[in-house]
Amino acid sequence: MIRRRILCLLGGLMIASHAIADIGSRIWATGGVTSIEGSAGGGLVPWALLGSYASDEEWGGTLALSRAEVDDYTLSVAAAGITWRNRVELTVARQSLDLDTLVFTLKDGFGLAQDELTQDIVGAKVRLFGDVLYQPWGQWSAGVQYKRQNDFTVPDAIGARDDSGTDLYLSASKLFFAALLDRNLLVNGTARATRANQGGLLGFGGDRNNGYELMLEGSAGLFITRQWLVGAEYRQKPNNLGFADEEDWWDLFVAWVPDRRLAVTAAWVNLGDIATLENQRGLYLSLQGSF
Amino acid sequence: MTPTPIRTVTTAVLLSLALGLTGCQHQPPAPPAALYDQLGQRTGIARIVEDLLFLIVEDERINQTFKGVDVVEFHRHLTDQLCQLSGGPCTYTGRDMRELHADMAITDTQFNALAENLIRAMEKNDVPTGAQNRLLQQLIPLYPEVRNL
Repeated sequence: MIRRRILCLLGGLMIASHAIADIGSRIWATGGVTSIEGSAGGGLVPWALLGSYASDEEWGGTLALSRAEVDDYTLSVAAAGITWRNRVELTVARQSLDLDTLVFTLKDGFGLAQDELTQDIVGAKVRLFGDVLYQPWGQWSAGVQYKRQNDFTVPDAIGARDDSGTDLYLSASKLFFAALLDRNLLVNGTARATRANQGGLLGFGGDRNNGYELMLEGSAGLFITRQWLVGAEYRQKPNNLGFADEEDWWDLFVAWVPDRRLAVTAAWVNLGDIATLENQRGLYLSLQGSF
Repeated sequence: MTPTPIRTVTTAVLLSLALGLTGCQHQPPAPPAALYDQLGQRTGIARIVEDLLFLIVEDERINQTFKGVDVVEFHRHLTDQLCQLSGGPCTYTGRDMRELHADMAITDTQFNALAENLIRAMEKNDVPTGAQNRLLQQLIPLYPEVRNL
Protein backbone atom coordinates (compact mmCIF):
# COMPACT_ATOMS: atom_id res chain seq x y z
CA MET A 1 0.00 0.00 0.00
CA ILE A 2 2.66 2.47 1.11
CA ARG A 3 4.80 1.37 -1.80
CA ARG A 4 2.05 2.04 -4.33
CA ARG A 5 1.36 5.49 -2.90
CA ILE A 6 5.06 6.28 -3.05
CA LEU A 7 5.18 5.28 -6.68
CA CYS A 8 2.42 7.82 -7.30
CA LEU A 9 4.84 10.37 -5.90
CA LEU A 10 7.21 9.70 -8.77
CA GLY A 11 4.57 11.07 -11.09
CA GLY A 12 3.97 13.99 -8.75
CA LEU A 13 7.60 14.99 -8.80
CA MET A 14 7.63 15.21 -12.56
CA ILE A 15 4.77 17.63 -13.04
CA ALA A 16 4.85 21.26 -12.04
CA SER A 17 3.07 21.56 -8.73
CA HIS A 18 1.07 24.29 -7.08
CA ALA A 19 2.66 27.06 -5.12
CA ILE A 20 1.97 27.12 -1.42
CA ALA A 21 0.93 30.71 -0.88
CA ASP A 22 2.61 31.71 2.34
CA ILE A 23 4.41 34.72 3.63
CA GLY A 24 7.88 33.50 4.51
CA SER A 25 9.63 30.27 5.32
CA ARG A 26 10.93 30.68 8.83
CA ILE A 27 9.32 28.37 11.37
CA TRP A 28 6.24 29.67 13.21
CA ALA A 29 6.86 32.28 15.93
CA THR A 30 10.55 32.72 15.06
CA GLY A 31 9.85 36.36 14.19
CA GLY A 32 8.91 37.05 17.78
CA VAL A 33 6.24 39.71 18.15
CA THR A 34 6.45 43.52 17.91
CA SER A 35 7.82 45.19 21.04
CA ILE A 36 6.62 48.62 22.24
CA GLU A 37 9.58 50.22 20.45
CA GLY A 38 8.77 48.55 17.14
CA SER A 39 11.69 46.12 17.06
CA ALA A 40 10.95 42.40 16.96
CA GLY A 41 11.04 40.99 20.44
CA GLY A 42 8.67 40.36 23.23
CA GLY A 43 6.55 43.17 24.62
CA LEU A 44 9.05 45.32 26.53
CA VAL A 45 12.36 43.92 25.30
CA PRO A 46 13.91 43.53 21.84
CA TRP A 47 15.14 40.06 20.89
CA ALA A 48 17.82 38.95 18.42
CA LEU A 49 15.02 37.64 16.17
CA LEU A 50 14.11 39.68 13.11
CA GLY A 51 10.47 40.49 12.44
CA SER A 52 8.25 38.70 9.90
CA TYR A 53 9.04 35.27 8.47
CA ALA A 54 11.52 36.24 5.77
CA SER A 55 14.17 33.55 5.41
CA ASP A 56 17.43 33.98 3.54
CA GLU A 57 15.84 34.31 0.09
CA GLU A 58 12.78 36.30 1.10
CA TRP A 59 11.51 39.57 2.51
CA GLY A 60 8.53 40.21 4.78
CA GLY A 61 6.83 42.78 6.94
CA THR A 62 4.77 43.31 10.06
CA LEU A 63 2.12 45.74 11.31
CA ALA A 64 1.25 45.94 14.99
CA LEU A 65 -1.02 47.76 17.40
CA SER A 66 -0.32 47.55 21.12
CA ARG A 67 -1.79 49.02 24.26
CA ALA A 68 -0.78 48.96 27.91
CA GLU A 69 -3.24 50.19 30.48
CA VAL A 70 -1.61 50.65 33.87
CA ASP A 71 -2.99 52.38 36.96
CA ASP A 72 -2.39 56.02 35.97
CA TYR A 73 -1.27 55.85 32.33
CA THR A 74 -2.21 54.33 28.99
CA LEU A 75 0.47 53.60 26.41
CA SER A 76 -0.57 53.08 22.79
CA VAL A 77 1.83 51.97 20.07
CA ALA A 78 1.44 51.66 16.32
CA ALA A 79 4.39 50.02 14.58
CA ALA A 80 5.49 48.69 11.21
CA GLY A 81 8.57 46.82 10.06
CA ILE A 82 10.16 45.14 7.10
CA THR A 83 12.82 42.45 7.09
CA TRP A 84 15.14 41.60 4.23
CA ARG A 85 16.48 38.06 3.92
CA ASN A 86 16.50 37.49 7.67
CA ARG A 87 19.44 39.86 7.74
CA VAL A 88 18.18 43.43 8.23
CA GLU A 89 15.08 44.65 10.03
CA LEU A 90 13.83 48.25 9.65
CA THR A 91 11.05 49.50 11.91
CA VAL A 92 9.05 52.60 12.73
CA ALA A 93 6.85 53.12 15.77
CA ARG A 94 4.79 55.89 17.32
CA GLN A 95 4.19 55.79 21.06
CA SER A 96 1.51 57.85 22.79
CA LEU A 97 1.36 57.98 26.56
CA ASP A 98 -1.96 59.26 27.91
CA LEU A 99 -1.16 61.00 31.16
CA ASP A 100 -4.58 60.40 32.76
CA THR A 101 -3.75 61.22 36.40
CA LEU A 102 -0.49 63.13 35.80
CA VAL A 103 -2.45 65.90 34.04
CA PHE A 104 -3.32 67.37 37.44
CA THR A 105 0.25 67.17 38.76
CA LEU A 106 1.53 68.96 35.67
CA LYS A 107 -1.11 71.66 35.91
CA ASP A 108 -0.69 72.33 39.62
CA GLY A 109 3.06 71.82 39.86
CA PHE A 110 4.34 73.10 36.52
CA GLY A 111 1.45 75.09 35.08
CA LEU A 112 1.43 72.83 32.01
CA ALA A 113 -1.74 71.84 30.20
CA GLN A 114 -0.81 68.61 28.51
CA ASP A 115 -2.55 65.27 28.52
CA GLU A 116 -0.25 63.09 26.44
CA LEU A 117 3.39 62.54 25.49
CA THR A 118 4.30 61.12 22.11
CA GLN A 119 7.52 60.04 20.49
CA ASP A 120 8.56 58.44 17.22
CA ILE A 121 11.09 55.64 17.01
CA VAL A 122 13.02 54.52 13.95
CA GLY A 123 14.83 51.23 14.43
CA ALA A 124 17.31 49.09 12.54
CA LYS A 125 18.53 45.64 13.53
CA VAL A 126 21.10 43.44 11.83
CA ARG A 127 21.47 39.73 12.40
CA LEU A 128 25.21 39.38 12.93
CA PHE A 129 25.44 35.58 12.88
CA GLY A 130 23.77 32.39 13.94
CA ASP A 131 20.26 31.03 13.94
CA VAL A 132 17.89 30.87 16.89
CA LEU A 133 16.85 27.29 16.09
CA TYR A 134 19.74 25.66 14.32
CA GLN A 135 23.01 26.93 15.77
CA PRO A 136 24.31 25.79 19.17
CA TRP A 137 25.34 29.35 20.05
CA GLY A 138 21.98 30.81 18.96
CA GLN A 139 21.38 34.01 17.03
CA TRP A 140 23.11 37.33 17.64
CA SER A 141 21.92 40.72 16.45
CA ALA A 142 22.86 44.35 16.93
CA GLY A 143 20.33 47.15 16.79
CA VAL A 144 19.82 50.87 16.98
CA GLN A 145 16.72 52.84 17.98
CA TYR A 146 16.56 56.55 17.21
CA LYS A 147 13.86 58.20 19.33
CA ARG A 148 12.46 61.71 19.02
CA GLN A 149 9.94 63.52 21.21
CA ASN A 150 7.14 65.30 19.39
CA ASP A 151 6.71 67.91 22.14
CA PHE A 152 9.53 68.49 24.61
CA THR A 153 7.64 70.81 26.99
CA VAL A 154 6.93 68.31 29.76
CA PRO A 155 10.26 66.37 29.70
CA ASP A 156 12.08 69.72 29.62
CA ALA A 157 10.18 70.95 32.68
CA ILE A 158 11.04 67.86 34.73
CA GLY A 159 14.76 68.03 34.00
CA ALA A 160 15.42 65.99 30.83
CA ARG A 161 18.33 67.33 28.79
CA ASP A 162 17.48 66.28 25.22
CA ASP A 163 14.37 65.71 23.13
CA SER A 164 15.98 62.94 21.10
CA GLY A 165 18.32 60.05 21.73
CA THR A 166 19.74 56.88 20.28
CA ASP A 167 19.75 53.48 21.98
CA LEU A 168 22.28 50.87 20.87
CA TYR A 169 21.80 47.22 21.76
CA LEU A 170 23.22 43.75 21.32
CA SER A 171 20.87 40.77 21.60
CA ALA A 172 21.22 37.01 21.69
CA SER A 173 18.35 34.55 21.30
CA LYS A 174 18.37 30.78 21.47
CA LEU A 175 15.70 28.12 21.38
CA PHE A 176 16.48 24.97 23.35
CA PHE A 177 14.52 22.03 21.97
CA ALA A 178 12.74 19.78 24.47
CA ALA A 179 14.40 21.66 27.32
CA LEU A 180 11.69 21.61 29.97
CA LEU A 181 8.98 18.93 30.18
CA ASP A 182 9.88 18.15 26.54
CA ARG A 183 8.84 21.70 25.63
CA ASN A 184 10.99 24.17 23.66
CA LEU A 185 12.49 27.00 25.69
CA LEU A 186 13.27 30.39 24.13
CA VAL A 187 15.84 32.50 25.97
CA ASN A 188 16.82 36.07 25.10
CA GLY A 189 19.37 38.47 26.50
CA THR A 190 19.90 42.10 25.51
CA ALA A 191 22.46 44.70 26.58
CA ARG A 192 21.39 48.26 25.80
CA ALA A 193 23.34 51.51 25.97
CA THR A 194 20.84 54.29 26.60
CA ARG A 195 20.16 57.74 28.06
CA ALA A 196 16.39 57.42 27.70
CA ASN A 197 14.06 58.26 30.58
CA GLN A 198 11.10 55.84 30.69
CA GLY A 199 12.13 54.55 27.27
CA GLY A 200 12.41 58.12 25.97
CA LEU A 201 8.86 59.26 26.75
CA LEU A 202 10.34 61.52 29.45
CA GLY A 203 13.22 62.64 27.27
CA PHE A 204 16.92 61.78 27.33
CA GLY A 205 19.52 62.41 30.02
CA GLY A 206 18.82 64.35 33.16
CA ASP A 207 20.04 66.24 36.18
CA ARG A 208 20.98 63.08 38.09
CA ASN A 209 22.83 61.41 35.22
CA ASN A 210 23.34 62.61 31.67
CA GLY A 211 25.56 59.93 30.13
CA TYR A 212 25.03 56.59 28.45
CA GLU A 213 24.58 53.62 30.77
CA LEU A 214 24.50 49.91 29.99
CA MET A 215 21.20 48.24 30.86
CA LEU A 216 20.50 44.50 30.86
CA GLU A 217 17.25 43.05 29.60
CA GLY A 218 16.14 39.46 29.39
CA SER A 219 13.26 37.15 28.77
CA ALA A 220 12.41 33.49 28.69
CA GLY A 221 9.41 31.74 27.24
CA LEU A 222 8.22 28.17 26.98
CA PHE A 223 6.35 26.91 23.92
CA ILE A 224 3.47 24.88 25.36
CA THR A 225 2.67 23.99 21.76
CA ARG A 226 4.03 25.64 18.63
CA GLN A 227 1.14 28.13 18.86
CA TRP A 228 1.36 29.11 22.53
CA LEU A 229 4.32 30.77 24.23
CA VAL A 230 4.24 31.74 27.92
CA GLY A 231 7.03 33.57 29.65
CA ALA A 232 8.43 36.55 31.47
CA GLU A 233 10.53 39.61 30.65
CA TYR A 234 12.71 41.94 32.63
CA ARG A 235 14.12 45.31 31.59
CA GLN A 236 16.63 47.26 33.65
CA LYS A 237 16.20 51.04 33.46
CA PRO A 238 18.39 54.07 34.11
CA ASN A 239 17.44 56.62 36.75
CA ASN A 240 18.47 59.98 35.30
CA LEU A 241 15.87 62.40 36.62
CA GLY A 242 16.02 63.88 40.11
CA PHE A 243 12.33 64.74 40.35
CA ALA A 244 11.14 61.11 40.46
CA ASP A 245 12.63 57.64 40.70
CA GLU A 246 12.54 55.41 37.65
CA GLU A 247 12.22 51.66 38.21
CA ASP A 248 12.87 48.50 36.22
CA TRP A 249 10.09 46.97 34.15
CA TRP A 250 8.91 43.38 34.07
CA ASP A 251 6.01 41.37 32.71
CA LEU A 252 4.45 37.94 32.43
CA PHE A 253 3.17 37.18 28.93
CA VAL A 254 1.18 34.75 26.82
CA ALA A 255 1.58 34.86 23.06
CA TRP A 256 -0.69 33.05 20.63
CA VAL A 257 0.63 32.49 17.13
CA PRO A 258 -2.07 30.51 15.29
CA ASP A 259 -0.25 30.84 11.96
CA ARG A 260 2.30 33.09 10.28
CA ARG A 261 -0.16 35.89 9.61
CA LEU A 262 -1.32 36.64 13.14
CA ALA A 263 0.18 36.97 16.61
CA VAL A 264 -1.71 38.03 19.71
CA THR A 265 0.16 38.87 22.90
CA ALA A 266 -1.33 39.51 26.32
CA ALA A 267 0.74 40.41 29.36
CA TRP A 268 0.57 41.55 32.92
CA VAL A 269 3.09 44.38 33.13
CA ASN A 270 4.71 46.10 36.07
CA LEU A 271 6.28 49.42 35.06
CA GLY A 272 7.11 50.49 38.62
CA ASP A 273 7.06 54.17 39.56
CA ILE A 274 6.59 56.60 36.67
CA ALA A 275 6.95 60.37 37.18
CA THR A 276 6.04 60.30 40.91
CA LEU A 277 3.07 57.98 40.43
CA GLU A 278 3.88 54.72 42.15
CA ASN A 279 3.46 51.07 41.23
CA GLN A 280 2.15 51.27 37.68
CA ARG A 281 0.74 47.84 36.93
CA GLY A 282 -1.80 46.65 34.41
CA LEU A 283 -2.61 44.76 31.26
CA TYR A 284 -0.87 44.80 27.90
CA LEU A 285 -2.39 43.61 24.66
CA SER A 286 -0.76 43.50 21.24
CA LEU A 287 -1.97 42.42 17.83
CA GLN A 288 0.50 41.75 15.03
CA GLY A 289 -0.13 40.95 11.43
CA SER A 290 2.63 39.68 9.14
CA PHE A 291 2.83 39.79 5.37
CA MET B 1 30.62 9.98 59.74
CA THR B 2 28.57 7.92 57.31
CA PRO B 3 26.68 10.05 54.81
CA THR B 4 22.95 10.23 55.30
CA PRO B 5 20.79 9.10 52.35
CA ILE B 6 19.70 12.71 51.75
CA ARG B 7 23.29 13.93 51.61
CA THR B 8 24.20 11.12 49.20
CA VAL B 9 21.33 12.04 46.91
CA THR B 10 22.29 15.72 47.05
CA THR B 11 25.87 14.89 46.16
CA ALA B 12 24.72 12.77 43.26
CA VAL B 13 22.47 15.55 41.95
CA LEU B 14 25.22 18.15 42.26
CA LEU B 15 27.69 15.81 40.58
CA SER B 16 25.35 15.13 37.67
CA LEU B 17 24.66 18.84 37.30
CA ALA B 18 28.39 19.54 37.22
CA LEU B 19 28.95 16.80 34.66
CA GLY B 20 26.03 18.06 32.57
CA LEU B 21 27.42 21.58 32.52
CA THR B 22 30.86 20.48 31.42
CA GLY B 23 29.57 18.01 28.81
CA CYS B 24 29.81 18.68 25.10
CA GLN B 25 26.98 21.02 24.08
CA HIS B 26 26.86 19.95 20.47
CA GLN B 27 25.71 16.39 21.04
CA PRO B 28 22.20 16.12 22.46
CA PRO B 29 21.84 13.31 24.97
CA ALA B 30 20.82 9.93 23.56
CA PRO B 31 17.02 9.77 23.67
CA PRO B 32 15.29 7.15 25.77
CA ALA B 33 13.61 4.38 23.76
CA ALA B 34 10.23 5.95 24.52
CA LEU B 35 10.66 8.43 21.65
CA TYR B 36 10.78 5.61 19.12
CA ASP B 37 7.56 4.24 20.59
CA GLN B 38 5.89 7.66 20.63
CA LEU B 39 6.60 7.99 16.91
CA GLY B 40 4.77 4.69 16.36
CA GLN B 41 7.93 2.61 15.90
CA ARG B 42 9.18 1.93 12.37
CA THR B 43 5.67 1.61 10.93
CA GLY B 44 4.65 4.99 12.36
CA ILE B 45 7.87 6.63 11.20
CA ALA B 46 7.39 5.19 7.69
CA ARG B 47 3.95 6.79 7.61
CA ILE B 48 5.34 10.16 8.77
CA VAL B 49 8.05 10.04 6.09
CA GLU B 50 5.46 9.17 3.46
CA ASP B 51 3.33 12.18 4.44
CA LEU B 52 6.49 14.28 4.43
CA LEU B 53 7.20 13.21 0.86
CA PHE B 54 3.71 14.22 -0.25
CA LEU B 55 4.21 17.64 1.37
CA ILE B 56 7.59 18.02 -0.36
CA VAL B 57 6.04 17.31 -3.76
CA GLU B 58 3.49 20.07 -3.15
CA ASP B 59 6.08 22.54 -1.92
CA GLU B 60 7.63 24.56 -4.71
CA ARG B 61 10.33 25.90 -2.41
CA ILE B 62 11.98 22.48 -2.41
CA ASN B 63 10.33 20.07 -4.84
CA GLN B 64 12.79 20.94 -7.61
CA THR B 65 15.63 19.85 -5.32
CA PHE B 66 14.09 16.40 -5.04
CA LYS B 67 13.63 15.94 -8.79
CA GLY B 68 15.23 12.73 -10.00
CA VAL B 69 15.48 11.30 -6.50
CA ASP B 70 14.69 7.58 -6.19
CA VAL B 71 11.64 8.06 -3.98
CA VAL B 72 11.42 4.48 -2.72
CA GLU B 73 15.07 4.49 -1.69
CA PHE B 74 14.75 7.97 -0.18
CA HIS B 75 11.75 6.83 1.85
CA ARG B 76 13.62 3.79 3.18
CA HIS B 77 16.80 5.72 4.05
CA LEU B 78 14.98 8.59 5.80
CA THR B 79 12.75 6.16 7.70
CA ASP B 80 15.81 4.22 8.89
CA GLN B 81 17.55 7.46 9.82
CA LEU B 82 14.66 8.80 11.92
CA CYS B 83 14.19 5.34 13.42
CA GLN B 84 17.85 5.25 14.45
CA LEU B 85 17.87 8.85 15.73
CA SER B 86 14.79 8.16 17.85
CA GLY B 87 16.49 5.19 19.52
CA GLY B 88 14.89 2.46 17.40
CA PRO B 89 16.54 -0.77 16.16
CA CYS B 90 17.45 0.51 12.69
CA THR B 91 20.65 1.49 10.93
CA TYR B 92 20.87 4.29 8.40
CA THR B 93 22.65 2.86 5.37
CA GLY B 94 22.45 5.91 3.10
CA ARG B 95 25.35 8.14 2.14
CA ASP B 96 27.04 10.48 4.58
CA MET B 97 24.85 13.54 5.10
CA ARG B 98 27.56 16.11 4.36
CA GLU B 99 28.74 14.28 1.24
CA LEU B 100 25.14 13.84 0.09
CA HIS B 101 24.34 17.58 0.29
CA ALA B 102 27.77 18.91 -0.67
CA ASP B 103 26.82 20.08 -4.18
CA MET B 104 23.22 21.03 -3.49
CA ALA B 105 23.75 24.54 -2.05
CA ILE B 106 20.78 24.14 0.31
CA THR B 107 19.55 27.52 1.55
CA ASP B 108 18.03 28.38 4.92
CA THR B 109 14.71 28.85 3.14
CA GLN B 110 14.86 25.27 1.88
CA PHE B 111 16.00 23.90 5.21
CA ASN B 112 13.13 25.72 6.94
CA ALA B 113 10.69 24.39 4.36
CA LEU B 114 11.76 20.80 5.04
CA ALA B 115 11.59 21.32 8.81
CA GLU B 116 8.11 22.81 8.46
CA ASN B 117 6.95 19.88 6.33
CA LEU B 118 8.33 17.39 8.85
CA ILE B 119 6.44 19.15 11.66
CA ARG B 120 3.26 19.12 9.55
CA ALA B 121 3.74 15.42 8.81
CA MET B 122 4.21 14.65 12.51
CA GLU B 123 1.11 16.70 13.37
CA LYS B 124 -0.90 14.82 10.74
CA ASN B 125 0.13 11.59 12.46
CA ASP B 126 -0.81 12.91 15.91
CA VAL B 127 2.72 12.77 17.28
CA PRO B 128 2.61 14.45 20.73
CA THR B 129 4.29 17.88 20.98
CA GLY B 130 6.97 16.60 23.36
CA ALA B 131 7.95 13.76 21.01
CA GLN B 132 8.06 16.17 18.05
CA ASN B 133 10.40 18.43 20.00
CA ARG B 134 12.67 15.54 20.96
CA LEU B 135 12.95 14.30 17.39
CA LEU B 136 13.75 17.84 16.21
CA GLN B 137 16.37 18.07 18.96
CA GLN B 138 18.04 14.98 17.47
CA LEU B 139 17.86 16.38 13.92
CA ILE B 140 19.17 19.91 14.58
CA PRO B 141 22.85 18.80 14.74
CA LEU B 142 22.49 17.78 11.05
CA TYR B 143 21.92 21.45 10.07
CA PRO B 144 25.59 22.28 9.31
CA GLU B 145 25.96 19.03 7.32
CA VAL B 146 22.88 19.71 5.19
CA ARG B 147 23.74 23.38 4.69
CA ASN B 148 27.35 22.40 4.05
CA LEU B 149 28.61 24.96 6.58
